[in-house]
Amino acid sequence: MTLVILSLGFWLVAYLLNNWLANSRWNASRWVRIMVPAIFGITVIGVWEGLVRGLDVPSVILPPPSAIIARFASSTDVLWTDFVQTFVKGALSGYFIGTGSAFLVAILIDRSPFLQRGLLPVGNFVAALPIVGTAPILVMWFGFDWQSKAAVVVAMVFFPMLVNTVQGLAATEKMQRDLMATYSAGYWQSLFKLRLPAAMPAVFNGLKIATTLALIGAIVAEFFGSPIKGMGFRISTEVGKLGLDMVWAEITVAALAGSAFYGAVAMVERAVTFWHPSQQN
Amino acid sequence: MRAVLPILTVVTAIVLLWYAAAIPMNAKWAREQAARNDVTLSLTELVADTWSQDRPRLPAPHQVVAELWKSTGEMALKGRAFSKRSLITHAWYTLSATLLGFVIGTTAGVLLAVGIVYNRAMDMAVMPWAIASQTIPILAIAPMIIVVLNSIGISGIIPKAIISAYLSFFPVVVGMVKGLRAPGRDQLDLLSTYSATGASTFWKLRLPASMPYFFTALKISIAAALVGTIVGELPTGAIRGLGARMLSGSYYGQTIQIWSALFAAAILAAALVAIIGLIERGTLKRMGMEP
Repeated sequence: MTLVILSLGFWLVAYLLNNWLANSRWNASRWVRIMVPAIFGITVIGVWEGLVRGLDVPSVILPPPSAIIARFASSTDVLWTDFVQTFVKGALSGYFIGTGSAFLVAILIDRSPFLQRGLLPVGNFVAALPIVGTAPILVMWFGFDWQSKAAVVVAMVFFPMLVNTVQGLAATEKMQRDLMATYSAGYWQSLFKLRLPAAMPAVFNGLKIATTLALIGAIVAEFFGSPIKGMGFRISTEVGKLGLDMVWAEITVAALAGSAFYGAVAMVERAVTFWHPSQQN
Repeated sequence: MRAVLPILTVVTAIVLLWYAAAIPMNAKWAREQAARNDVTLSLTELVADTWSQDRPRLPAPHQVVAELWKSTGEMALKGRAFSKRSLITHAWYTLSATLLGFVIGTTAGVLLAVGIVYNRAMDMAVMPWAIASQTIPILAIAPMIIVVLNSIGISGIIPKAIISAYLSFFPVVVGMVKGLRAPGRDQLDLLSTYSATGASTFWKLRLPASMPYFFTALKISIAAALVGTIVGELPTGAIRGLGARMLSGSYYGQTIQIWSALFAAAILAAALVAIIGLIERGTLKRMGMEP
């Protein structure tokens, strides 16, 4: 009982501290902007730990964060093989094949407005569909190993990337294209010097959307069959064994990998589209 | 309307490609069967066979459509629309969980967004996490939620609805925060010259201004909610719902069943997004904002 009261007290103190920080006169400073969400995160974990221990929640329902961290530390080798299988082999290869081919297709259909008018609505339509559902089919075609996961990822990232790239290639203004024409620039010259650079913000938007989709596709495809490693495999079997601390450890890995992947793409974006207003503060 | 012809062309091209792909995908099985029966297939026979197998690797489009019709319209005509073998039943299970989750997730998302816009501490503390959570494969926790809730005695529609609520929650939060902040300084200033209260600023300016963002977020979140429900149906042992149909199809090699469940899911997703699009157009038109 004391633990419950303690954690509720901790919550109140942290809330008051955050409230004070957010309304203090330093609230625009960089330090406070990082501190406030950090305090919130620590509070959530602290209250979780205190309530789970104080109320004696069985660990098959919700393990305390300390147990998850202990599990994470003691099984880093398993987590690493799962990470390599799912993220590096499945998600990354599918991501590069899918976004790369979508980019090339977008450039190929760039010269035909007719195809664009047809493909853009179809692409938008497909992008809203539950593509994860193709996972059982693709697992059947490409086998249980990472190739089928990469195929699911390709299917998931292709259309969002295609739509974004086609929209990006249309982002230049008439005046800019006219200027290229007065320089007597050919199609390829104006593509490489004007339209591709101008398309980059939209292209990176597609690339960023695709990072999350890639990880989701690779993990969910493993629910339909996989070799005895991989994050999705581990999650579904450990859930069956009620080893929830391991499940949470895998979810932590997935969360870290997902945000690191997104962060990496966002950093490349910053370097490539440094000229865009949204990148300047 | 001028886009109809290009769209039709693209769709026709996809269907033709699909038929063409079905030939090499299914040819191996057709040849093996022919060799077993000591007959040699001519080219036309081979093609006809690849488009009409019982368990093809890639079913031809007309087979999928036939299976869809067989498990929906035909059963409805026989008056067995809600039997266990009907895809309508399974689609309804999925749809009801999706809608329940969508309503819960959207309501919670709007409430949190209002809190974020009006409370500086909440904005600074929660918003970075809400944005970061969009880069996380949240879907991975679906099996855990199902099993954990099952073990404490909650089963049926609720666990699936919780997953879809969770998935539809974050797009709504992020979209609504953007929407509620859409009114510019001059508009807010105008309302304060009228000495408007906080409540009337909310109801008369912020909320109407957020509607375009709200509907965009709804379209994303209903698609996410449907995916969440389908994935949530996987670990329960393939009992009912479209996800269960896919899983049992993949267990028993019933490829046509998987494809028809996939198409049913796609039609459902398209219909849900289209309905929200219609509501959006109607609402924005009545508000005098052309979408």
